[in-house]
Amino acid sequence: MSLSITLTLNGTERRIALDDARVTLLDLLRERLDLTGTKKGCDRGQCGACTVLVDGRRTNSCLTLAATLDGARVTTIEGLARGDALHPVQQAFIDNDGFQCGYCTPGQIMSAVGLIAEGTAGDDPERIREGMSGNICRCAAYHGITLAVAQAARRMDNDPAGDAA
Amino acid sequence: MPDTHTRFGSSSGQPATRRDGLAKVTGAATFAADNRPEGMLHAVYVPAAIARGRVAHLDVERARAHPGVVRVMTPADHPALAGDPDDKPTRFSFRIEVLQDDTVRYAGQPIALVLAETIEAATEGARLLSPRYEAEAPRTGLDDNAPFDVEEPGFGAPGETVHGDPEAGHAAAIHAVEVTYETPPQYHNAMETHAVVAEWDGDRLTLDTPSQALAMSCAAYAHLFGIPAENVVLRSPYLGGGFGSKAIPSGPMVLAILAAQEAGRPVKLMLTRRQMFGPVGHRGATRQTLRLGCDADGRLTVIDHETLAATSSFEMFLESASNASQGLYAAGALRSAHQGVRLDVGTPGPMRAPGEASGSAALECAMDELAHAAGIDPLDFRLRNYAETEPGTGRPYSSKALRDCYDRGAEAFGWSGRPMAPATMRDPDGTRIGWGMGTAFFPSPMFAAEARATLRADGSAMVETAGADMGQGAWTALAQIAADGLGLPLDRVEFRSGVSTLPDGGVAGGSGHTATAGGALHAAGGDAIRRLGELAAEQPDSPLFGAGNAGFEAREGRVHVAGDAGRGDAFADILARAGMSELVGSGRASRPDADTRDYAMNSHGAVFAEVAVDPDLCQIRVRRLVGAFAAGRIINPRLAESQLMGGMIWGLSFALHEEARHDPRTGRIVNSDLAEYRVPVNADVQGLQVLTVHEDDTHVNALGIKGVGEIGITGSVGAIANAVWHATGRRVRRFPIRIEDLLAPA
Repeated sequence: MSLSITLTLNGTERRIALDDARVTLLDLLRERLDLTGTKKGCDRGQCGACTVLVDGRRTNSCLTLAATLDGARVTTIEGLARGDALHPVQQAFIDNDGFQCGYCTPGQIMSAVGLIAEGTAGDDPERIREGMSGNICRCAAYHGITLAVAQAARRMDNDPAGDAA
Repeated sequence: MPDTHTRFGSSSGQPATRRDGLAKVTGAATFAADNRPEGMLHAVYVPAAIARGRVAHLDVERARAHPGVVRVMTPADHPALAGDPDDKPTRFSFRIEVLQDDTVRYAGQPIALVLAETIEAATEGARLLSPRYEAEAPRTGLDDNAPFDVEEPGFGAPGETVHGDPEAGHAAAIHAVEVTYETPPQYHNAMETHAVVAEWDGDRLTLDTPSQALAMSCAAYAHLFGIPAENVVLRSPYLGGGFGSKAIPSGPMVLAILAAQEAGRPVKLMLTRRQMFGPVGHRGATRQTLRLGCDADGRLTVIDHETLAATSSFEMFLESASNASQGLYAAGALRSAHQGVRLDVGTPGPMRAPGEASGSAALECAMDELAHAAGIDPLDFRLRNYAETEPGTGRPYSSKALRDCYDRGAEAFGWSGRPMAPATMRDPDGTRIGWGMGTAFFPSPMFAAEARATLRADGSAMVETAGADMGQGAWTALAQIAADGLGLPLDRVEFRSGVSTLPDGGVAGGSGHTATAGGALHAAGGDAIRRLGELAAEQPDSPLFGAGNAGFEAREGRVHVAGDAGRGDAFADILARAGMSELVGSGRASRPDADTRDYAMNSHGAVFAEVAVDPDLCQIRVRRLVGAFAAGRIINPRLAESQLMGGMIWGLSFALHEEARHDPRTGRIVNSDLAEYRVPVNADVQGLQVLTVHEDDTHVNALGIKGVGEIGITGSVGAIANAVWHATGRRVRRFPIRIEDLLAPA
């Protein structure tokens, strides 16, 4: 079987030969492209640890077959920072202790970037809590996550150029 | 060594951000399953779909024929282990299931393992095995088997403790309650499922696997594979949560290592979320009966706490819930007793606040019930039963600022405005409001740890201990302690941990890791400074020349004569004069037996909850949760607050969300995923507030640290349940409290 797709992955166009039609975007990233920042928490779309942006929308990569993504633009946690300059959401997660073990964190951060881009929550804590509820954090760092997303939303509102992805 | 306390304050006590924060927000932090060594195979195992019986057939030929599959291991066909999987090589060992035979002892038990070139092929191969079973009727409920008495108390086998005369206490009671509370099976469900990447090189084994107990795990694996413990290198730089489930090696990990040995290639195995419900431990179900009595003034005459706890059919771990009633309230008599019941479930194990969480849940509710029966405010009732010394034993507490916790928590919450009668507070829209509280309580144990501190020629240092950071912030808090031990700024200290080749950092459990590993690191720093000072005392060009008997302190990269900051010398200058590139100190920490004997050592706290209950739908929301905690010295307030909040949310989860439910026909857990096994999401959490009350404790350990990892659950469950009662007048004695419990006719 030969199947190949073209992805714009973290800003770089890549032609990718798939060895298996069953490969999910998550397993493509983790097991074939050495992009292990995206995490597998449930493989069922229930926890959000695998969240990436596909064409700017937050997406559970575990529920997405790689073969369906020909021509798509995919952004992962590795594609967020600009060199040494962290994305405002990344910095806000550090500042507000928005994580403990760090395993759900890449998904939380990608989800937050997506939520801020959606423009529906702003820095309103209740809307942020609702909008971030597809991402489970078993350490329960929710208080810090909510503060972090609000902080980043305010900063990015002031400096739209910081809006990556 | 009280003089060392004078060095605290430069790093310890500061709200430093996490040292691993950058790695964690950029995706650079490598968790076990992120490793992919050359030539690696993927392993996927088949979990039993029945809870009791035997495997009658596996379609091995079909699985083998699937492209990419290289090996199928079954009970009838697998390589032998050198060690007996029923042995207990360490203090915290369990019998494990590694395809010994075709017996199924619980749903989710590994019954076969498939190795393949890709994860897709291994997954499909495992599916194609299509097991058939000869099933027997499973026993998964607490009434499905006869209870047994604990014959030999020990790890996982709590016995009976009696102080005073419980019968006399019952007889003397003016007000009394006898109530039975039930808690369900709960599963840790760390976001990172258990995983291992195993690679053999002859008789040397390298493991990338998350571990809360590196040295102990190495010892266990070494025993099973018949190699010396030093031949096992276990790398655990990051754990994606542990909560007690990643301290003890499990069957699937061992099978993957065995498969790697036979294949002669590295093997990766990562549990699916569904597989987390079975072989890697859980909090066992309990049924607790509490009989409490008090006199006319509300003074407890007796706390009598009996627990029936579930364990597996083949191993012993009972949730020691009744022990939560020892050591907290000044009752005239105390009795804590346990019985077990053997069920067809995976072996339970330690899960965040094992025993204390379930026991505190029931105790704090029973206390609320008795307070109501006696017509006393719940907080006042607890204050009337405040223990100035440990109940039963009379031992002094090493420190106990619980009264301050009650005061500050109550003030922050506004407790004094609470009406005594339930079901009286409502929002204008009819929403029922309730306020409840509970006492938080958790022991402060220590394990044993070792550490090394190396001073370098440039005046910086490296400190090392094989500890574990599962999110509690060990890498940061331990480095802060180490920096203070060396008298160096935090950014001049390189911190190495998380690999078994370093000095044994002990166990990350019992909320004792910071105290234990931190104590060892601090001692190692002190040892290095002493050696450096003695070296300088021999150097004629050093200001410290001849000061050998004075004792030394270190600050800002300089060694001083103790008590004389004016007479000192820089680390780098001393080493340069001696022509040394580095100087090594070592340290260890454990608690002296005399201290364990003479003092009761615990963290304490008070938690206050406000819930809102929809008047029609009975949906329960926690609107506010305020906790005040006294846990000795707080090394890093930012991280401690996060830990305590996390624990309180676990309490919220215990009270309102978590429960694994078995299908009574098959014994399978029907909600073994993160959609149906409910844990709190962000929208469930609001109005959280944590206060900490400082305690100077010179007995608990040299650093005065008690630990904050688990106490947050205790108190919180009871506070929320009591608030639900206060909102509705309905007392629900089965956790989690569900909508249907409140909708049901009274």
